[in-house]
Amino acid sequence: MGEKGLIAKITGPLVVADKMRGCEMYEVIKVGEEGLLGETIRLDGDSAYVQVYEDTTGLKPGEPVIRTKAPLSVELGPGILKNFYDGVQRPLKAIKEKVGDYVERGVSVDALDRAKKWKFTQVPTAEEGKEIVGGVILGEVQESKVITHKILVPPGVHGKLLELKEGDFTVQDTIARVQTEGEDVELKLMQKWPVRKGRPYKEKLDPEVPLLTGQRINDTFFPIAKGGTGAIPGGFGTGKTVMQHQLARWADSQVIVYIGCGERGNEMTEVLEDFPKLIDPYSGETLMERSTLIANTSNMPVAAREASIYTGITLAEYYRDMGYDAAIQADSTSRWAEALREISGRLEEMPGEEGYPAYLATRLADFYERAGRVKTLCPDSEERIGSVTVVGAVSPPGGDFSEPVTQNTLRVVGDFWALDSSLADRRHFPAISWLRSYSLYLGGLREWFAKSAAPDFTEQREKMMGLLQKEAELQEIVQLVGADALPPRERGTLEVARMIREDFLQQNAYHEIDSFCSLEKQYLMAKIVLQWYDGAMDAVEAGIRVEKLEGMRIKDAIARMKYVPNEDFREKYEQIMKDMKDEFEAIKVKLKAG
Amino acid sequence: MAIDTSAREYTTIREAAGPLIVVEGVEGVSYGEVVKIVTPGGEEKTGQVLEASKELAVVQVFEGTSGIDTAKTKVRFTGDIMRISVSQDMLGRFFDGLGRPIDGGPEVIPEDRLSVIGAAINPTARDYPREFIQTGISTIDGMNTLVRGQKLPIFSGAGMPHNALAAQIARQAKVLSTGEPFSVVFAAMGITHEEASFFMRDFERTGAIERIVAFLNLADDPAIERVITPRMALTTAEFLAYEYDMHILVILTDMTNYCEALREIAAAREEVPGRRGYPGYMYTDLSMNYERAGRIKGRKGSITQIPILSMPDDDITHPIPDLTGYITEGQFVLSRDLHRRGIYPPVDVLPSLSRLMDEGIGPERTREDHAGVSNQLYAGYAEGRDMRDLVAVVGEEALTSRDRKYLEFADEFEKRFVTQDRNEDRSIEETLSIGWDLLAALPEGELKRIDEHIIKKYHPKYRKEE
Repeated sequence: MGEKGLIAKITGPLVVADKMRGCEMYEVIKVGEEGLLGETIRLDGDSAYVQVYEDTTGLKPGEPVIRTKAPLSVELGPGILKNFYDGVQRPLKAIKEKVGDYVERGVSVDALDRAKKWKFTQVPTAEEGKEIVGGVILGEVQESKVITHKILVPPGVHGKLLELKEGDFTVQDTIARVQTEGEDVELKLMQKWPVRKGRPYKEKLDPEVPLLTGQRINDTFFPIAKGGTGAIPGGFGTGKTVMQHQLARWADSQVIVYIGCGERGNEMTEVLEDFPKLIDPYSGETLMERSTLIANTSNMPVAAREASIYTGITLAEYYRDMGYDAAIQADSTSRWAEALREISGRLEEMPGEEGYPAYLATRLADFYERAGRVKTLCPDSEERIGSVTVVGAVSPPGGDFSEPVTQNTLRVVGDFWALDSSLADRRHFPAISWLRSYSLYLGGLREWFAKSAAPDFTEQREKMMGLLQKEAELQEIVQLVGADALPPRERGTLEVARMIREDFLQQNAYHEIDSFCSLEKQYLMAKIVLQWYDGAMDAVEAGIRVEKLEGMRIKDAIARMKYVPNEDFREKYEQIMKDMKDEFEAIKVKLKAG
Repeated sequence: MAIDTSAREYTTIREAAGPLIVVEGVEGVSYGEVVKIVTPGGEEKTGQVLEASKELAVVQVFEGTSGIDTAKTKVRFTGDIMRISVSQDMLGRFFDGLGRPIDGGPEVIPEDRLSVIGAAINPTARDYPREFIQTGISTIDGMNTLVRGQKLPIFSGAGMPHNALAAQIARQAKVLSTGEPFSVVFAAMGITHEEASFFMRDFERTGAIERIVAFLNLADDPAIERVITPRMALTTAEFLAYEYDMHILVILTDMTNYCEALREIAAAREEVPGRRGYPGYMYTDLSMNYERAGRIKGRKGSITQIPILSMPDDDITHPIPDLTGYITEGQFVLSRDLHRRGIYPPVDVLPSLSRLMDEGIGPERTREDHAGVSNQLYAGYAEGRDMRDLVAVVGEEALTSRDRKYLEFADEFEKRFVTQDRNEDRSIEETLSIGWDLLAALPEGELKRIDEHIIKKYHPKYRKEE
């Protein structure tokens, strides 16, 4: 009944506390003399099982345990962007200033800076005396160079707006008062929300708009929709993290939440060094202006790793509610699942497949279902649409996709970008297998591409895909009889398939220009490749030997077209198309003459 | 070391099983606390608390439980967590797996006593590793470049020359710009006496012994001790790197034995096993060792890690290499096929990888053509290897002339680029020029991975014309 219990047992990140009757599931608990942060995950009579977000070494039975009577929540307000948090939203830079180079335990730092003042301006639609409900915009704060932070009425609050201020405030200052049925409610720039509960919205919409990523294999071959979900499974060294970094860099999303969940410290450092330097192609400002990072590296406490993806998605949902497109990169969901498994093991729960708890599938589905493109909570007159797109990396043991995390993820996501280690071994990057991957959004996005990119955009994609399929079949024959034995048409197909693979699909993330490819450039590149194919087939019909085609000069220009800047590409395209036509003509003339 | 007055002694062992003992009737035992055990025979052992509850403590005993009884054995809880005494004087000294001197020398006079657990480095405090380390080995420098502060394991198998390779790296490694050598912290876990003395002889022969701290837990030493050995080594490395500004190369061998010890403890505790009986937290546990490599902003020293592990049955999907590969920044994979054909070092570059390579190479670090040459060599060798498989089925006659060039390229690559002598220290310029010589055998149009102006500048064809 009390608010204080006693530690009865400690085993790794799990602490059992006595005298805890009345405690709620998923309530935040302060454990031990140092007040380590924890969360109840099982109740049994008087005992509460607490997963602790910090290292438990040195804890003793008999130390006090204090209830906070609140679920694990994040602070939502200006100051989230450009920040860098651990799995339970503790700002890592502030921790460094406080305790030095290592993440010590028992450090308590506020997620949002309490001292900083933000300039708050009212919006015309909000005026004193008006009836307001959750989701209504009261005013704005310029949070970063590119994001105007909308201050929202928290979900669940409704009544008459008694007072609305304007001026410079800290996140804790009262900016508005609302008369509700109960007491008057004071609203601040900051609100709190429990991480394990999705923020409410009015209506989910169909995925009809693509999230462009500047990556050819993603946008042209396996596009993802805004509000969609995608998984990138792959063994180590296949480029999951590079892929995630690329999406975080170049996706046309207004807000990016990057979650490093149980991964390498240096990778987070890389993001931290890169983002303030790299320029967002859409806004012209640095990428950091639209990003927030969550890092719970592999050697940081395992329970906080479990919480990190919920922390991340709640932040994204908050920006969605303002009417922004937000995207999450979670790297890697397997480490999250392993954290779940570790805690489950300590609870001595009956294990499911490969030791993972039986509720793994439900938890994964719950997480991915929080993605979506929605009409946000607000009166109809102020209708806003926002989205949360989720892309999760999966690290299957031994690169074997039949394992539980990959399989359960595939059941809920719309995009499957399968990384292939044999492609990675030969440095074909991104190592996404075109034969195994799929996108369930193709149908829904077809119209958008036809309208906004080019009428034959999807048709070109299907042609290229067909050629790659054909190549796979032909390769089986080649394995038996050698390429020389194939008829000329088929050898032409192999040649163009190679061109698609090497000159279109391969994309160098570290090349200044190639790293980001505009949709127009993608379309024109595809057109060039297909034009060559048509020309080659004509030539073969006319009796020209395949070797002649294989040695064409224009192929060098095609091989290097990916390094032509986006803005100069149309010019280059005209040039290549003309040169190609001329060279094919010349070959034919020669044939007739000779 | 201050004498801890809170130390309490019990003779209430209820159970001894495998490497664990359960002590009852204890009070105020903390999780992770160090325990001293004295058997009736007078033997002193060390242990650590794995589970602490009101009445009961589960303790893992590093030296094994032989000789422990449930009547007379004394268990003393020290009230302190696991620590190691560190000092600069440790250089040139040999210790056992728990950090006790075994070279007949005096005890180390501690400058500090540090917890061996090692807190996580705040990612905002890390400095991204980007200083090229020249190891003098082409497959590493040219294709999978090592940088200062990286953790890059050698995946090997029984009977392959991973020790020779590690010793060669330790001997030759230097940062190009400064030329200063590394100091080595060497942690042996369950390797044979012969293997350990190979390293020691090599270090002695080259005079490197003065720059080395060695922690030796050999095959006949207590197995459970191995779970602490790398932590002892890494704590020492951190002390030397960050207090004395030294650049430390940490060699951990063999991580497979470390993982076996983890499994033994997990099994004794009747934990729910993950893959192949290894505990579900092995990833976290390994990362707490590997992630201690790195550089920290504002500190001069660095820790570069080369863990060695033997893959059971050469299986790279086995949980030990698999989990390691997910944590480390790449891997060097040794190939039995190359080894069988007498190629040294038998590094198979295709599955090998250095994730930090891109930042560590290029103008001012190595040379501007490095990235392109490396990419092109990869592509060419991969293609050549495919041709080899193809030839095995259809015969060489069925290949096109282009295919044949790649077939030859793969052979030459192994003969001239991969192969080198155990004492051969190639500069990065030599490595790259061998690379160019090999690439010159391919049609120029095939060199798609190299920028045109780089080809014009470095391709042997154009250089001769100059």
